[in-house]
Amino acid sequence: MTVPTLDIVDLKTHFFTRDGVAKAVDGVSLHVMPGEILGIVGESGSGKTVTGFSIMGLVDPPGRIVSGSIKFKGEELVGAPPERWRQIRGHRIAMVFQDPMMTLNPVLKVGTQITEAILAHEKVDGGEARRRARESLVAVGIPSPDERLEAYPHQLSGGMRQRVAIAIALVNKPDLIIADEPTTALDVTIQGQILAEVQALAKRTGTALVWITHDLGVVAGLSDRIAVMYGGRVVEQGPTDDVLERPYHQYTVGLLGSLPTRNKRGERLVQIPGMAPSLLKLPVGCAFQARCPRADIACAVEPPVVRPTPSREHRCAHPHVPVMRAAE
Amino acid sequence: MTDTAAPPHDLVTAVQPTTAKDKAETPFRRFVSEFLEDRVAVGALILLLAIVTLAIIAPWITPQNPYDLAQVDIMDSRRPPGTTSMEGYTFILGSDGAGRDLYSAIIYGLRISLSVGVLSGLIALAIGASVGLIAAYVGGRTETIIMRIVDLQLSLPSILVALILVAMLGKGVDKIILALVIVQWAYYARTVRGSALVERRKEYVEAATCLGLSHSRIVFRHILPNCMAPLIVVGTVQTAHAIALEATLSFLGVGLPQTEPSLGVLISNGFQYMLSGRYWISFFPGVALLLTIVAINLVGDRLRDVLNPRLKR
Amino acid sequence: MLAFILRRVLQSVVVVAAMVVIVFFGVNVVGDPVWLYVSPEMNQQQIEEVRRALGLDLPIWQQFAVFVANAFTGDLGTSFIHGQPAMRLILERMPATLELAFVAMLFSILLGLPLGLYAGLYPHRASSKAIMAGSILGFSLPTFWVGLLLIMIFAVMLGWLPSTGRGPTTTILGIETSLHTAQGWSHIFLPALNLALLKISLVIRLTRAGVREAIMQDYVKFARAKGLSEKRVIFVHVLRNILIPVVTVLGLEFGSLVAFSVVTETIFAWPGMGKLLLDSIIRVDRPVIVAYVIIVVVLFVVINLVVDILYSILDPRVRLQHKEA
Repeated sequence: MTVPTLDIVDLKTHFFTRDGVAKAVDGVSLHVMPGEILGIVGESGSGKTVTGFSIMGLVDPPGRIVSGSIKFKGEELVGAPPERWRQIRGHRIAMVFQDPMMTLNPVLKVGTQITEAILAHEKVDGGEARRRARESLVAVGIPSPDERLEAYPHQLSGGMRQRVAIAIALVNKPDLIIADEPTTALDVTIQGQILAEVQALAKRTGTALVWITHDLGVVAGLSDRIAVMYGGRVVEQGPTDDVLERPYHQYTVGLLGSLPTRNKRGERLVQIPGMAPSLLKLPVGCAFQARCPRADIACAVEPPVVRPTPSREHRCAHPHVPVMRAAE
Repeated sequence: MTDTAAPPHDLVTAVQPTTAKDKAETPFRRFVSEFLEDRVAVGALILLLAIVTLAIIAPWITPQNPYDLAQVDIMDSRRPPGTTSMEGYTFILGSDGAGRDLYSAIIYGLRISLSVGVLSGLIALAIGASVGLIAAYVGGRTETIIMRIVDLQLSLPSILVALILVAMLGKGVDKIILALVIVQWAYYARTVRGSALVERRKEYVEAATCLGLSHSRIVFRHILPNCMAPLIVVGTVQTAHAIALEATLSFLGVGLPQTEPSLGVLISNGFQYMLSGRYWISFFPGVALLLTIVAINLVGDRLRDVLNPRLKR
Repeated sequence: MLAFILRRVLQSVVVVAAMVVIVFFGVNVVGDPVWLYVSPEMNQQQIEEVRRALGLDLPIWQQFAVFVANAFTGDLGTSFIHGQPAMRLILERMPATLELAFVAMLFSILLGLPLGLYAGLYPHRASSKAIMAGSILGFSLPTFWVGLLLIMIFAVMLGWLPSTGRGPTTTILGIETSLHTAQGWSHIFLPALNLALLKISLVIRLTRAGVREAIMQDYVKFARAKGLSEKRVIFVHVLRNILIPVVTVLGLEFGSLVAFSVVTETIFAWPGMGKLLLDSIIRVDRPVIVAYVIIVVVLFVVINLVVDILYSILDPRVRLQHKEA
């Protein structure tokens, strides 16, 4: 049996603030196989970004990983020494952030920011590093790479900057890339391009990819598997097509229903009533209770993970029966 | 990892704290209780009040009025701390070159340093705030001209401006106060103009104009009170600055005359004795000056922390 | 870029002109300067002769016109007291003052930057809070008193360092300096430290604020995500970003160091132009006062200009904006 590239079991990352404990990630289990694309979908406050940071070991105080296991190619990362985390970051696991203008340092040249990612992990000379940096730009489809290496971030367009960020992520040929809403800040046409390129790239290099987004439409065409997050927990998980056709959890149903593309002309857009709960004051039991039309007394107890089929899982006391589609 | 405290973006939007104690306090009470949270600032405030009190009750707590020549004996000069004078009382902090008790001289000197500093500060505040308000309210060419002058003056270091003014005006208490006022007014003008500009755009000014209130009423009764917070902060810091500036000028010999011996004058007088080891004549007045300035600055610093973020809330 | 520079130069010229007018009229209007040249025994006729010889009988406007005309030839008047051209007197002493201000600036950076960096990276530690409290002390302490204290401790009590004067000088690259000998350094150390105290607090506060802001930025997190060592993250990514504003503020503050050197030069008998100014004020040597102000204002304006230009070169965002403009 192949070792999963990433295997997270019951991860809990909490933030200990002056106003209380925010349970950003509260018992999340995920896995990604080599070459696989996993989409993590959730709204603001669902804990998806913190999950990404936890995998990278970039959770800043007052937050920290409280319990659980994160295994990268079989190696346990939780509790590993900081130097081990540093070796892995940018080298075996890379991350792409949402807003490239903010993530690239405005006072350093693009070339410097790529070569330093190489030099931090391998002892090569400057010329070799520069050559590799140039190659990485070519690989993500940036024209005139030599000019771009000498440029500063603000001289590039948004789409180009994000490609640079992706190039930086790829330059050391990592086994896993975590992309946190990388196309949200870009306009739709560029978004489409980048999605297609990333997908091709991942398949070609065999890199596993975790794509975090709030937009179900984005992962629908991109990922092999989807995990839906809500209130710091994974409420639904499985192969993409399967989840989209046969959702179990009411939240997933709601997400699907509210997609504008699914809407028939003239019909009112469906919205999920209510608001996401504050992570400081999560309700006892299922986090989605307050907004769920199917909730009852049974939901006051935290629903355990249920596996109706070997590849599917959900956390719902009243799941939708599989065969039926989401009905209003 | 360094000590940062920034939860990631999606966490920030989800966290909505509601503390029940936010309500039911007057702004003033909240200001006072927040201010008092910092022990150091409270200590500084107490020290400051003590200093001011000492200066006020000077005649009652000093064994000698150092400026009454009948009480001063030249035979007592340059005595180290702890010696007994010809009159029988002890020179707690020693005596200076003319036989004056240093402790008494310092307390009396505090009076002068504080009054010159505070007086010039208040006058500068009145003038500067008025100019700043007018500039912000009237706007247009007037504002531009005024602010250019302010910027010009503020681009020069205050000591240079002070020295030039002293060169032009000559010696004398009134001239020094005038010089200090001219040095300081620009800081007040700039501060007030800044906040008045913000206030001017707010709706209550529009409402007052619609009601037909006179301009001066709008400016002084409506806009000014809302500019108080930064004004108070600048006021404390500038007062400390003024006291220090006067002391510096007096020390250099171009400040207050010998007849109005502020702490700066005392230190200046003691300078010549430093190299022969009679350090106390300059040292103790310097400590008194230092304590005063530090106390004011600490209080001002705390005021800034307490007042500013609240403006933005 | 050129347009930007030209505009700034023009502004600077206006500022200098305004200052010259203000100071000239201010200084020459009060009192009658002829009394500095005449002894009390002279009769009225002799006094008038002296007055005419010095050109002091002309209306003030004419005196100003003469002054400006002379100024363009480099003659800013002759000192009443010293009998020499004011310009020469000041320029002779300027290197000493600039040297002092420069070393003071160096001290404040060498001491302030690391302290501010530390306080910014570890703001909750007791030592950081102590540093911040200390910085308040730094700008509260009156410079002249600290100078006295330094003399008292290091020169009188411990006898380690001299309390007055400047070390032997030599000319390197056309600049007169005393920094080439250990003796020179021993003389400059205390006064420069004294002067630096003013600015150390500023540097500490600026650096700390800059660090606190920079650390919050996404690019720091991204740098860590690349697996860069913490040392590189701080010293390359964070420091580069804060150095720009810190250096520009310091550059502007250099002028105030030159101004404040009046105090330090007096205490430590450092032969600079500040001491000259003070003596001139006390003895009402007007030409020197006016000449000093003009030269210092020009100095300021030049410094501001240089710093502005430097800033636009250092910050790539600003530099390219100007190029495209």
